Amino acid sequence: MSTEQNSSQSQSAEDKPIIEIIGMHKWFDDFHVLKDINLEVRPQEKIVVCGPSGSGKSTVIRCINRLEEHQRGQIIVNGTELTRDLKNIERVRTEVGMVFQHFNLFPHLTILDNLTVGPIWVRKMPKKEAEELAMHYLEIVKIPEQAQKYPGQVSGGQQQRVAIARSLCMKPKIMLFDEPTSALDPEMIKEVLDVMVDLANQGMTMIVVTHEMGFAKEVADRVIFMDFGEIVEENEPFQFFDNPQHERTKLFLSQIL
Amino acid sequence: MAETTHIEEIKPPVTDVGVIGWLRQHLFNGLFNSIATILILGFLVKVMPQFIQWALIDSVWFTSGQACHQAEGACWSVITQNIRFTVFGYFPYEHQWRPLVAMIILVGMLVYSREWSRWNKRLGYAWIFSLFVMGLLMKGGLFGLVPVESTKWSGLPLTLLLSFFGILASYPLGVVLALGRQSQMPIIKALCVVYIEMIRGVPLITMLFMSSVMFPLFLPEGVTIDKVLRAQAAIILFTAAYIAEVVRGGLQAMDRGQYEAAESLGLNYFQMMRMIILPQALKIVIPPTVGILISAFKDTSLVVIIALYDILNTTKSILSEPEWTGFSTEAYMFIAMIYYICCFSMSQYSRRIEKQLEYKHTPNQEEKPS
Repeated sequence: MSTEQNSSQSQSAEDKPIIEIIGMHKWFDDFHVLKDINLEVRPQEKIVVCGPSGSGKSTVIRCINRLEEHQRGQIIVNGTELTRDLKNIERVRTEVGMVFQHFNLFPHLTILDNLTVGPIWVRKMPKKEAEELAMHYLEIVKIPEQAQKYPGQVSGGQQQRVAIARSLCMKPKIMLFDEPTSALDPEMIKEVLDVMVDLANQGMTMIVVTHEMGFAKEVADRVIFMDFGEIVEENEPFQFFDNPQHERTKLFLSQIL
Repeated sequence: MAETTHIEEIKPPVTDVGVIGWLRQHLFNGLFNSIATILILGFLVKVMPQFIQWALIDSVWFTSGQACHQAEGACWSVITQNIRFTVFGYFPYEHQWRPLVAMIILVGMLVYSREWSRWNKRLGYAWIFSLFVMGLLMKGGLFGLVPVESTKWSGLPLTLLLSFFGILASYPLGVVLALGRQSQMPIIKALCVVYIEMIRGVPLITMLFMSSVMFPLFLPEGVTIDKVLRAQAAIILFTAAYIAEVVRGGLQAMDRGQYEAAESLGLNYFQMMRMIILPQALKIVIPPTVGILISAFKDTSLVVIIALYDILNTTKSILSEPEWTGFSTEAYMFIAMIYYICCFSMSQYSRRIEKQLEYKHTPNQEEKPS
């Protein structure tokens, strides 16, 4: 794999990677889904992962908060190595926010309660404080007026913004996005991307699996292209889009652009 | 500012609303429904007058058994003359106010507790206190109350006791078993599977027999466990296995994404189950759960088999007296009514809970959650 090319972030104070993936392999039964994945992410870096469906891109980020287990290699998140013996996986997960393709909001709770359940139960925050925090993030994602509604009562774009706010309420150091706009109607994609761009501009460390190439060009420090469970190409967005090195990358870009 | 609209408000045609509309929609909507309506009406016209004649007009209410045998119609005297034995059975006659008060407390507490908004710590303490009072009333032995052996507990109080604690204890036990069956830990999983499958493979009567005949054989000499308690345990263990399977269905119906979202927030297993998964899964399975609880209520009548006198059995022993033989229809109709009131209340209550827990959706936005 190519070496790191994150010159744009070299001014960052902490240059120690916040996520390190070294020689990681994963199998689903006999099927080798991830092959020798190596990736370093520094604080405040924004990484976009793209690739055809089934290429393993979602699986990579799901391994980072251990919704999936890897079988070989190392994953170190915020100084903690993810292993089978890890007793306190919850501690790692509180540092890593995750936004899903299908939002996965809790339908039986109001939007406000969706946001406060983490802070109250995991962070042991008093209810009132958690609600203030929740309202703060609902304002950031621009839907404070929906706080008392249930997820089923708002649009898809609003649901995804609620999901982003829910993750932010845990004050994570890293945000993972697993195709956050793929399940949305076209007119709702922009409102979600806007929130993500704002978040990026505020210096959040982000790994985003997406096909939104406009977003990649605008905010990504690096774009990673995966195919058949491998990282095929990794480059700065300009280089990646204007001058792709591999045949498979060229083919992929010609299909989606 | 309200502005008057210029469009005239038009009422729907008379044939679509009101009595005629209702009749058309519900009774005569289509050929098949019209035929069904007429057949049922015809049946009622033929049967109802006879029934009313028998049950109300020709019936006797407060007579002796002899007078009943002379009467043309129903002999409701079998109930009115024996009401105290039917309801309280062998509980000492002069102390029968005690189970009566206990039942009133139980029903009162249940009725008061029906609103969830009233559930708080105070109500919890009130429950503990009233359970204590009910136990004291039944058992006696304190505050000058004459002790009454639990073998004398019978009739409706016994039925309510067995069903109340049966339902109360089997539900949480069933939920725990369902979670155990889904567990990643092989030993816990195996234990739960074996338990559930074994219990479900055996009829309740067998369980009751085992609890009353076999189980005491394994106890060391001199140790006895109350017979009512053993029957109670059998009912709880039996019902819990069925609840477990229903709850498992609810857990399996849950979207994987709900688990993942809860996990990615950092909730641990117990928090995730309590806050996210169980509230949704248990809601899905309210109808079958209530079905099981209702049949558990009715199945308490099987304690007949181990010589406990629940309300069905006290009725039977009245009917075996020569004076009252032959009036089983009337007596069983009365018992059926009592069972019906209890079961119907349960099913009504469950429907109310379902309504309260319904998710709010706006109809015009169809988001596919998965």
